[in-house]
Amino acid sequence: MGHQTSEKNLQLDRDLADYIDKAVAEKVGEKLNVFQEQLEQIRTQCQNALDSQTCNRATLVAFSGDMDKLIATFIIATGAASMGMEVSVYVTFWALAALKKKTCFKGKPFTDILTALMLPSGPTRLSTSKMNMLGAGPAFFGYVMKKKNVASLTELIGLARETGVRIIACQLAMEVMGIKREELIDGLDFGGVATYLADARDSKVTLFI
Amino acid sequence: MQNNSKENTGTEVKEHEYLDCKGLRCPLPIVKLSKAVKEMAAGQTIVVEASDPAFKSDVRAWVKTMGYELLEFKEDPVQTAVIRKS
Repeated sequence: MGHQTSEKNLQLDRDLADYIDKAVAEKVGEKLNVFQEQLEQIRTQCQNALDSQTCNRATLVAFSGDMDKLIATFIIATGAASMGMEVSVYVTFWALAALKKKTCFKGKPFTDILTALMLPSGPTRLSTSKMNMLGAGPAFFGYVMKKKNVASLTELIGLARETGVRIIACQLAMEVMGIKREELIDGLDFGGVATYLADARDSKVTLFI
Repeated sequence: MQNNSKENTGTEVKEHEYLDCKGLRCPLPIVKLSKAVKEMAAGQTIVVEASDPAFKSDVRAWVKTMGYELLEFKEDPVQTAVIRKS
């Protein structure tokens, strides 16, 4: 009788142990899952924080076609690139003239020929925002800047590209102005508003000039 | 770190790198400086001479942004900055 009872007890103990083991495994599994989820969350948060930290970016919009404003734009762009920033300059509307290397008329509709005739044909043909005086202003400033050893717009654009500044021409503005890709300097990127915004939202510096 | 010390011993002969920015105007001194420092190993130092009046303020801002160290700045007779890349 006593032998049977102890046998029974032993069986009970075993069952209990099994039950406890199972319950513990289940609980631990549950907790582990929660931990894993939390770990995953922390990992993504860390990655995001790291990403935003490396977003040491400057995004500039060059809109004006005035020589002086474009000089300012490209000075800031090269300066930012030299300070270790990733720089993009989005060139749109009147500023596109600064990226022109030639003007084509062949195969263009009449309106595009008209705009081609009216727009400046390159960075050396731009007017100044003040004291333009029918083109005497830019010539005067060009002379003064050269004398004072200040880089010209053409040099600054070259310098910007040397320092790794990305220049993006606005496709829509090119359409409106009737400017073809082959009329612009080589090595440009092309994009639209989404390209700009994706860059601008991660930038520490954004300017519209 | 090990790599750097190796590179350092390789260029030990030259105590300081030297960069002449005299006559250059904004933004060229900073552009040239950044280019020159990019090619240096960490721990190396560079001496820059510049005449642009903006250089005094710009070099400090540049060093601060890049996390480098401005060891010395003299204005007489030309602006001279000694910078250590870290």
